[in-house]
Amino acid sequence: MNCDADKVIYMDNNATTRVAPEVVDAMLPFLTDCYGNPSSMYNFGGQVGTAISQARGKVAELLGAESSEIIFTSCGTESDSTAILSALQAFPEKRHIVTTRVEHPAVKNLCENLDRLTGHKHRVTRLQVESDGTLDMARYEEALADDTAIVSVMWANNETGVIFPVEKMAVMAKERGILFHTDAVQAVGKIPINLGKLDIDFLSLSGHKLHAPKGVGVLYVKRGTPYVPFLAGGHQEEGRRGGTENVASIVGLGKACELAGKMMGEENSRVKALRDRLEEGLLASVPKSMLNGHKTDRLPNTSNISFEFVEGEAILLHMNIYNICASSGSACTSGSLEPSHVLRAMGVPFTAAHGSIRFSLSIYNTEAEVDFVLEKMPPIIAELREMSPFWKAE
Amino acid sequence: MWEYTDKVQQHFLHPHNVGEVEKPNGTGEVGSLACGDALKLTLKIDKDERIVDAKFKTFGCASAIASSSALTMMVTGMTVSEAEKITNEDIADYLGGLPKEKMHCSVMGREALEAAIADYRGVMLPMAEGEVVCECFGVTDLEVIRAIRESNLRSVEEITNFTKAGGGCGKCEDRLREILHATVSEGTVTPVQIVGHPKRMTTLQKIKKIEEVLEREIKPVLRKDGGDIELVDVDGDFVMVSLRGACTSCAKSQTTLKEYVEKKLRELVLETLIVEEAK
Repeated sequence: MNCDADKVIYMDNNATTRVAPEVVDAMLPFLTDCYGNPSSMYNFGGQVGTAISQARGKVAELLGAESSEIIFTSCGTESDSTAILSALQAFPEKRHIVTTRVEHPAVKNLCENLDRLTGHKHRVTRLQVESDGTLDMARYEEALADDTAIVSVMWANNETGVIFPVEKMAVMAKERGILFHTDAVQAVGKIPINLGKLDIDFLSLSGHKLHAPKGVGVLYVKRGTPYVPFLAGGHQEEGRRGGTENVASIVGLGKACELAGKMMGEENSRVKALRDRLEEGLLASVPKSMLNGHKTDRLPNTSNISFEFVEGEAILLHMNIYNICASSGSACTSGSLEPSHVLRAMGVPFTAAHGSIRFSLSIYNTEAEVDFVLEKMPPIIAELREMSPFWKAE
Repeated sequence: MWEYTDKVQQHFLHPHNVGEVEKPNGTGEVGSLACGDALKLTLKIDKDERIVDAKFKTFGCASAIASSSALTMMVTGMTVSEAEKITNEDIADYLGGLPKEKMHCSVMGREALEAAIADYRGVMLPMAEGEVVCECFGVTDLEVIRAIRESNLRSVEEITNFTKAGGGCGKCEDRLREILHATVSEGTVTPVQIVGHPKRMTTLQKIKKIEEVLEREIKPVLRKDGGDIELVDVDGDFVMVSLRGACTSCAKSQTTLKEYVEKKLRELVLETLIVEEAK
């Protein structure tokens, strides 16, 4: 299959990322010759086990963690489920969870379905966010109760890129004997993380958001944190996650973490500059456009912009003509009939929520691409507004 | 990504009749910004009641824009009474079909047309008089009933696809199910088993219901051919049955089991049931 990847201007890196060529190279031997089972006694399997250990070390290094604290999983969703359900099982007498209104469905829907999943009656406090997508720490403190088992708050929001102060929030949870989980799927690789110095008990990450392949994730579990496996089974991952290891992807993830560590500087300088150029350019050239989310407490690669009075799907399909890839929080693209739960929680007016476009960049984007998007977007929005009954040309 | 037909893509990317007719004598405005789509249709109707010009302005996704464009193409040249007969299905057909989740876009087209014609005639639309069922999208019971009848809808999910009702908070789902039941049982449409959200039944409930259907519906049919059937066990969704009499030597018994018995039980008891012969 030919995807014409060369022709694509890919600005949807919060959805998924290109697998780095270095990652593919690192993986290939494990899809061809080195097919041994890492659990086997002979050298042919054992050397595969060594490759997994090395990958574990690289993941741990990026996170500032110890190797023994890294559990490989199949995806971010599995990591999230494992962490939250583990805490509930470790503290069966505690029936309360604190989370936010803007979590990824992996956490949001899990919390909403807890009754069905655990057969217990759980209370869930979903923290409201401010209009810029940030959290009110006073409300968070009030929400922490005697029977709170776990707090699950994302490190950075996938739609707006807004960063939550999870370091501080973890301290506050710890003081009350509450476990703290963070879905850091969007944060890892984009901002520095040093778990050794933090009170975070669980952290989820997903390989395909940082240039590793889809189908591999990690759950970090702090040493000493009570833990109950989600997938019981074999002795893999020291009995903490059964199932034969996805060797090639794990090795790929190790390589991707190594690269992410090296690229962190570029991510926060060149990529950020590109993002700012795109954002400032669009806000200046398109009237009635606005930024969604806090301007500075934000990932360096993400920009969520609303173009009022036009609808997101229509915008995306016009962008598609030029092979520009991005996402929208509009109803028509959310898979439901309502716009993004994140933008609604922020109180973004419907006029703007339906016309929101998320651009998320990576180290593979260039200035030429940004300029191309800056050239193409204003006429697209203008054309659709011409058609809109709500648009009054000024 | 949605699978749009070429016709939808053409009408979306190169829409016809964008704008507003000068001095229109029929204007229809439906939808709202909050709902995520809205359409303003303006018509110029001559003294012979013929639509000589139609233009639209639409806020919405690709299928909303394509449906609007298609609508203006369809009605131009028609008399008002011809245009009145256009259904949402006609608009979808004109576009070579729409994804089922997008059928409400064609419904919006038809509603705008009706509103424009009502405006031309200076009458009130009956739809607005109904009782609002879905508060999220402001859909009335009359609109829901009409969609059920016209498009032969069979589930709450289908009602949502066509009218958007139930697509927001979901609180009106029970009410929609009631309306669906009532409308279907009125006999205005062919009554079939309503397929809503998967029902939850205990094994005991399943056994009782299956027994009932076997006695009432299935056994009499099999007995006509000298056969019979007994329920042996129900395990989750697996229904174990034993065929008796002429069925035991009938070469077609497996077909009967799957094509008739299983179909019937799925229709009348639970759509997830799997019928197997107990060995």
